[in-house]
Amino acid sequence: MNAYQTPPVATLELDRVGFSRRGQTLLKPTSLCMTGCQRTLIMGPNGAGKSLLMRLAHGLLTPTSGSVRWQGEPPAQAMVFQRPVLLRRSALDNLTYVLAIHNTPRQNRKSQAIRALEKFGLAHLAKRAARVLSGGEQQRLALARAWLLNPKVLFLDEPTSALDPAAIKAVEDAVLEFHHSGTRIVMTTHDLHQARRLADDVVFMHNGELLEHTPAHRFFTAPTSSEAGAFIRGELVW
Amino acid sequence: MLTSDNAFSTALALILSMDSALISIVMLSLQVSLIAVFIASLIALPVGAALALWRFPGRNVVIVALNALMGLPPVVAGLCVYLLLSRAGPLGEWGLLFTPTAMVIAQVILVLPIIAALTRQQIEALHGEYAEQLTSLGLSRRRMMPTLLWDARFALLTVILAGFGRASAEVGAVMIVGGNIDGVTRVMTTSIVLETSKGNLPVALGLGIILLVLVTMINAIAHMISETAKRRLG
Repeated sequence: MNAYQTPPVATLELDRVGFSRRGQTLLKPTSLCMTGCQRTLIMGPNGAGKSLLMRLAHGLLTPTSGSVRWQGEPPAQAMVFQRPVLLRRSALDNLTYVLAIHNTPRQNRKSQAIRALEKFGLAHLAKRAARVLSGGEQQRLALARAWLLNPKVLFLDEPTSALDPAAIKAVEDAVLEFHHSGTRIVMTTHDLHQARRLADDVVFMHNGELLEHTPAHRFFTAPTSSEAGAFIRGELVW
Repeated sequence: MLTSDNAFSTALALILSMDSALISIVMLSLQVSLIAVFIASLIALPVGAALALWRFPGRNVVIVALNALMGLPPVVAGLCVYLLLSRAGPLGEWGLLFTPTAMVIAQVILVLPIIAALTRQQIEALHGEYAEQLTSLGLSRRRMMPTLLWDARFALLTVILAGFGRASAEVGAVMIVGGNIDGVTRVMTTSIVLETSKGNLPVALGLGIILLVLVTMINAIAHMISETAKRRLG
């Protein structure tokens, strides 16, 4: 699968992972295995449990049943959110911040941060306050921040849902860039075109249940579940 | 008969005279309140942030107690410090009663709950926004604290000002533990009480105006800092 000569990414295994809150089941027991340097797209209508599944996999939430296991050491991970959470500081300081908390020597922080800004086309905004940047710039800054963490697995939760086409293109290019450097991509979206452009395999969810996990070419031509079929045909599923 | 006109002219005359007694009263007032607010902030900011971040048994009791203490009557705080520091009290040997230090202690007790309770609210709100991102970056709660305190800095400036307002305005506590001794523990609020009781109303009102102007100036500076910063940092 992996065409790039990078060390393999540890396998992530979700074993009958379930999540409920206040007596309400939000995710039915779900088993899922993610291996290699794949681009996995988690799809499904709103409220299907896509973001929840991703948060459980990333470790932001603890499952109420089942377990999330890495085979071997958990690799470096990063997550990009639908609405980027940026600190009330300059764009540059947002980046030097993550370098600082990951113990990068002080004298290297600024140069690394500037390189990351350049990589994501943000160099001219280095001194601007992060929170007054446009939506697309903010999301690119969030990606630059994730880049500095050198993740082996990158989670993205609907990263383009609030962006215009040019900004979407920039984010998708960045995602591909991560993938080329040997990062596994796990991303939620409800945009079919985006999924067609990016996916190696698709996880389809509906009503807190994982209905299928299939390679992308099969998912888009012959999905196994009727809900996925309806979703692909553009019918409303709920 | 007292008119506002002669109060203002008295105040103006007081200021223009640069009377050394007046200056020492003003300086002592500022010194006591600023030191008290500084010490209280050193303790209350981390305590408030910790209360916002950790869940532990009795947390709600602590929060309710802090909120209640925000309304602690200054005379009660003064009385408690008085009992502690008086000759027969547990800390009587330190000989602090009727010194500016005693006044600072009393004001720290008054200001600390305000700063801690309001800091808790601010940090809890900011944590709601930042929690997922900071957890994703691998930060423990302890390491989130400095980040959250720094990113809430402008809101916290207002919180500290609220504490300063309380300290500079109160008279009950400094009167009891300071004793309003001329040249030693006399501050603006205690002077106002004294001049009023002597019937020296223009001087009392003049002092009141100076106090108001000083407090307004400090608030205006802080407001300007935080507004410019908010505009720049979003």
